[in-house]
Parts: sequence; C-alpha cells; structure tokens
Amino acid sequence: MTLKRTLASTMAILVAAGMAQADGEMASDMTIVSWGGAYQKSQVNAYAVPYMENNAGVTINWDESSNEAVAKLRAQNEAGNITWDLVDVVAADAIRLCDEGLAMEFEADELLAPGDDGTPASEDFGDLLVSDCFIPQIVYSTTFGYRTDLVGDTPPDDICDVFDLEAYPGKRSLEKRPINNMEWALLCDGVSKDEVYDVLSTPEGQDKALAKLDTIKDSVVWWSAGADTPQLLADGEIVMGSTYNGRLFSVIEEQKQPVAMLWDAQVFDLDGWIIPAGLSDERLARVKDFVRISTDTQRLADQAKYISYGPARKSSAPLVGKHIDLGIEMAPHMPTDPNNAKNTFLYNYEFWADYRDDIDAKFQAWLAK
Amino acid sequence: MSDTTDPTTASGPVLAADGTPLKRSLARSLRMQKTRALLLIAPLLAFVLISFVTPIGQMLYRSVENDIVADTLPLTVAELKSWDATSDELPSETVYEAFIRDMLIAVEAKNHTRLGSRLNYEKTGMSSLFRRSGRQIEKLNIETDGPFKEALIDIDKNWGEVETWATIKTHSGRTTSGYFLNAVDMQKTPEGAAWQPESKQILLTLFGRTLWMSLLITFSCILLAYPVAWLLANLPTRTSNLLLILVLLPFWTSLLVRTSAWKVMLQQQGVINDVLVWIGLVADENRLVMINNQFGTIVAMTHILLPFMILPMYSVMQTIPPTYLRAAKSLGATDWTAFWRVYFPQTVPGIGAGSILVFILSIGYYITPEIVGGTKGVFISNRIAYHISSSLNWGLAAALGTILLIVVLGLYWCYDRIVGIDNVKLG
Repeated sequence: MTLKRTLASTMAILVAAGMAQADGEMASDMTIVSWGGAYQKSQVNAYAVPYMENNAGVTINWDESSNEAVAKLRAQNEAGNITWDLVDVVAADAIRLCDEGLAMEFEADELLAPGDDGTPASEDFGDLLVSDCFIPQIVYSTTFGYRTDLVGDTPPDDICDVFDLEAYPGKRSLEKRPINNMEWALLCDGVSKDEVYDVLSTPEGQDKALAKLDTIKDSVVWWSAGADTPQLLADGEIVMGSTYNGRLFSVIEEQKQPVAMLWDAQVFDLDGWIIPAGLSDERLARVKDFVRISTDTQRLADQAKYISYGPARKSSAPLVGKHIDLGIEMAPHMPTDPNNAKNTFLYNYEFWADYRDDIDAKFQAWLAK
Repeated sequence: MSDTTDPTTASGPVLAADGTPLKRSLARSLRMQKTRALLLIAPLLAFVLISFVTPIGQMLYRSVENDIVADTLPLTVAELKSWDATSDELPSETVYEAFIRDMLIAVEAKNHTRLGSRLNYEKTGMSSLFRRSGRQIEKLNIETDGPFKEALIDIDKNWGEVETWATIKTHSGRTTSGYFLNAVDMQKTPEGAAWQPESKQILLTLFGRTLWMSLLITFSCILLAYPVAWLLANLPTRTSNLLLILVLLPFWTSLLVRTSAWKVMLQQQGVINDVLVWIGLVADENRLVMINNQFGTIVAMTHILLPFMILPMYSVMQTIPPTYLRAAKSLGATDWTAFWRVYFPQTVPGIGAGSILVFILSIGYYITPEIVGGTKGVFISNRIAYHISSSLNWGLAAALGTILLIVVLGLYWCYDRIVGIDNVKLG
C-alpha cells in the first residue's frame, strides 16, 4: 500500500508542477543552439543580452551543436523529447529539416516584425526566405583568402587564379566536399554561370569538374573545419584557400596577418533560425517572442557590429555601423557590399538536395584515388 | 549459534540444525547468495541493457529496416506487385490512382518529402521530384480529376519514366538488403544486386584501408612499446615511476590537443621541417609532406594509442621474475636465446592484450584521421560519421557499422583460435 501511496503522491506533485508551469504563458528558460565561436558571441551580444535585460527572470542556455543539428533534431524527434527551442542552421539544413517535418512552418508576416520603415517582413527579407521554416539572420560568403606576401606583385583577382599553378605556385586549401568546389571548377573550365548547375547534373559535367580539380589535386590541402584555412594561411602553409568571409575578416583585421580577400565568384549562403516542430505551447510562445525581437531591423544590424556577416533584412543594411572593438566601418567588409558583390555566385539549394549523395560518393572516390 | 555445527548422529541423510537435510539447506543458502548477488548487479545489468544493448540493437536494425515506402505508399506498393519492373511498360492507371490516393494522405502528414529523401539515396532526383510533385498533387481531387496517369506525367515528366516506378517497386519491401549492398559498393536494381559505377566505388577501399592501417598502427605500437615497457618493469622504482609519469601524462592529455600538436609539428612550415632545413638535410623548396596523408595518420595514432600498448605489457613484464633470465644464462644461454626462448614467451599475453586494445580502438577512430588524414588517411568511420551527421543516411551508416562490428568480432574469434583469449592479461 505504501508504494501505491508514494506513487500517487509523486503523481500529484508532478501534475501540480506541470500546472504551475502552464500557468505562466511563456516558459521561463529556453535553449538556443548555434555554432559557437565569434558567431555565437555576436548573437549573444546582439540578441540575448538585450532580451534578458528586458525580460527579467528569463534564462537562455546556449548549445554549440549546430554542425550536427539536423541529425540531433531527427534523433530528438524520434525519441519524442525535443530539448531545443531555437536552432541556428544554414539554409540547406533548414530546407532539409522542413522537408522532414522537423522544423515548424510559419507565416513570415505573422511571426516576424515588420522592418522599421514599415515594410512587411516577407518583403524585407524577400528572396532570402528560402523555406517555409527558415528565419534568415545573416548572409555569408564562402570565398578565398590569399597571403599577400606569397603571391608576388600581381595578387589574384579572379577565381580561376586558384587553378593557375604557374602564376601562383604553392598549396591551396579547399573544403573536403563537392559543394562549391565543383561549381568553381566548372566556372574556370569555361562554363557560364547560368549553366553551371545544368552541366553539373550530367555525369559528363561531373567528370569535367573533377578533371579540372585534378589539375590542382596534388597542391590542395583539404579542410573540414572552417578554422582550418585561416590557420593554414597564418602559418604560411598555403598560398590561398577557401573559407567563410567572417573567418578571413578576423585573420585580416583582428590578427593583422598578411592576408587579403579575393571577392570573386564567392558563394552566397544564408544562416538563420528554425523552430523545432512539436514544442509545447508555453515554450513556443517564448521562442516566438524572442524570434520576433531578435530578428527586427535594429537587432540584425547590431549583430554586424561583432562579425562581418551581412544582415538578412534589407532595412538593416543602412544601420550597419562600426565594429564594436576595432572601430572600423563594417559595411565594406560585408559580402553584400556592392564592391564585394560584383561577381557573386548563387548557391542552388534544390540542386544539392538532389545530387548531394550522388556527387559526394563520386567526389570522395575521386579524392581517395 | 554453536548448534549449527552440531553433528547429527542419526543415520540417513545428514541433517542441518533445523532438521532439513543438509544438502537442501546448502542449496537454499547458495540460491539465496546467488539471488543476492544478482540483485546487487541488477542495476548494472539493467543499465547495460537499456543504455547499451538496446540502442545498439536498434541502430543495427536500421541497416535492414525499410518501412517508410510501404507505410507511406501502401496502396501503390500493393498495386505495383503485379507490375513487371524489368518491362519497358509504364504501370497501369490503377497504380497511378493508388499513388495519388497515397500521396494525398502523405502530403497532409508531410511524409512525402521524407520518402523522397529515402528514395534519393537510391536514385538521384527523387527528393525534389517528391517535394515538387507534392505541392501539385495537393490540389488534385481524387473523385473528379482522373485519369491520373496523364495528370501526373503533366506535373513532372519523371512520373512517365519506368525507372522512377522501378525504384519505388525495388525498394518497397519492409526490410531491405539495399543498405548492405551500398555499404560494399553495390546497389539494388530490379534485376538484382549490381556493382556501383566505378566512379562511385569507395567504401570497400576504405574498409581495406582501415584494416590495413590499423594493423600497421598496432605493429608500430608493439615495436615502440616493448622496450619502453621493459624499461618500466626493470628499472629501479624511482626512475621507473618517473618514466611511468611520462607515459601517463600524454595518456591523460586530450586527444584533440595531441592531434593538433602533431599537425603543427609535421606540417611543411612546421618544427620538424624547419629543423631538417636548418641542419641542411632537406632543401627549403623540397620540404617533406608528412601530414594530411597516411603517414600523418599513422604517426599521430601510434602516439595516441601507445599507452594502451605500454600499460598491459608493463603489467605483464612486472610479474616475470628476473631469476628466470639469470637461470637461463647460468645454464649457458646467450643473451638472445635467453630473451627469445625464456623472456619473450612470457610477455606474449601482454602483447596480445595491448594489440587487441590498440587494434579495436584504432579501427573505430575518426577524429584523428579526420584532422590529420587528408584524403588518403581517412578511415571507414569517417564515412559513418558523415552519413550519421551530414547526409542523414542512417541506414547506410548502420550497415557500415554492422559490417565493422562483424569484422572486429571475426578477428577476435581468429585471435582466440590462434593465441587464445585466456592468454590475454590486462593487469
């Protein structure tokens, strides 16, 4: 009988606790998942600190698991226990999460605040709302950095200089995956920008891209973490290498290394929030409140004070100011700055959703040869 | 309690103090002891079952599980049974109608995109085909919009291709050998198993490379660890303690730190190359390439796994009495004979234990090969990690993992037959 009584009283306490929590409209804590490092710091400073100041009693826990967010969200969903409230992912992952039903769909104008000039969110974000589940935050680029002291008198200004071993001898670093590399290879093999993905969808086109990459294969260091290229550049291991523009900014401006950026055919990509599907009502209410505030015009512009990624709202661009510590104007360092964005390349999400498995198998087999 | 040992004088079975036969009494107390012992380890047993056996079992099951097609498209799968995938004819209108019925439900539940991703592992383009078609099919009305064959081909011309339907039919079973075939560079086709195109064959190579490099690493660990363990076991305690600390300190250091340190040391502008150039052994423009290849992986992993070899060897060597060697020599053996015939055989259990540890650990390594392996030094576990966290092809990852597990168990069995697992001594 005692066991029964214990169980009953435990249940009563649990139910009472559950009801107490449901009393408040919004949960008092939430877990946000991001990438760590300088990027996460920019989010903490630009969004979380002001939010917690205005909402006393709210705790925000940060997790740094974004690079495996898709797998972990799928696991949480299968286990029926979603522990994350808001997750920062790249656009391709957001599309995948949306497809798998792991991310919540929303109506942009309902969830997101209008721009400070009154434009509805759907227009202010425009084309960057690439998925029904994706709340874009920043625009970043994958581009090349090079050692100014190792490239001679004529620094590279064309993406195809990466493939030119005669003019720029030495090692380069490229990411250990087909995405971006295949596109660049085709561009430098004479394929026009509009046709890149058409060509790449054929086996011949894929072979053509790999053949182009073959010409520099022996001089390539393959990276898998975004921090590799900046490190290799700083060590003088490589002459040039691809990575995210924010990482290069920090090597150039914060660490003052003899490195410069090559703004040609850089690949635009997006990063932003998704809300996991299946949150309880009060947790969802808190997340919605946070998202609405943290993605308004001012907050997105604020983030650019800490890192050289462009705000995803059109209305934020004019508000981008100076770097918080270095005091330099951030606008010229944004991938969206007209001077940098003269010749950009648009990443095709749809294409890679389909061809990723196929081309990756070929690419890895080619690498291992 | 003195009467418990009171001997019984009566004839017949020996009785305990309470009058029951001693045999039964003994059995009862033994049983109670066993139950108590079982109860004591019950939490551990439950923990192992719940947190170890169940998830591994579930993960292994994923390598053959394939419910998604049959669950998402039940009517279509039933209708497709009578269709011959090897013929050049498209399925009949009934299949198309069944498909629309299935899809209307699937789109409502948002399952069709998941199915698309699943089929995309088998045929490129299925993912976007399902996603795009889903939006159009949603608008169809099952009662009024027939016939559906043309309507569907109108939505996307891929629905008019035999191959699309053949893929669905081929992978419609509730269990599949597809993942295992993929894991050994083959694929499941309507005609049966076939090799992947040569340009996509990579996994068998990686399996072979993983086994071969793990063997190399184990072997170099044996070579390096043996003298160190011998020194540890035979030096005076004070010196050997100091040496032991030198072995243990890197053992306790983070794996990532040690791996990154090797990266810094071995790179072309790194310390070792700098020294070699400085003393004139290597020309400045011909600096050695020692990292981001197999060599780098072998060096870094040998260093990281060395303590796992030294410690079991040390513990075995410590128990070998030095008098045996002295006895051998006094009987006329040369140094070599004394070592090889007397000392070495006694250290074999240590070598065996160390080798098993190092080999099994190195087969599963993926962080170190990922960081220092470049393209030629990565292991099969790197592909497993990729399929778990990036491509989300958990079925393939599970199949690769299962094969790896079977290989390890197989090698363990061989080892048991050749060396004997009872000879292994961990301390």
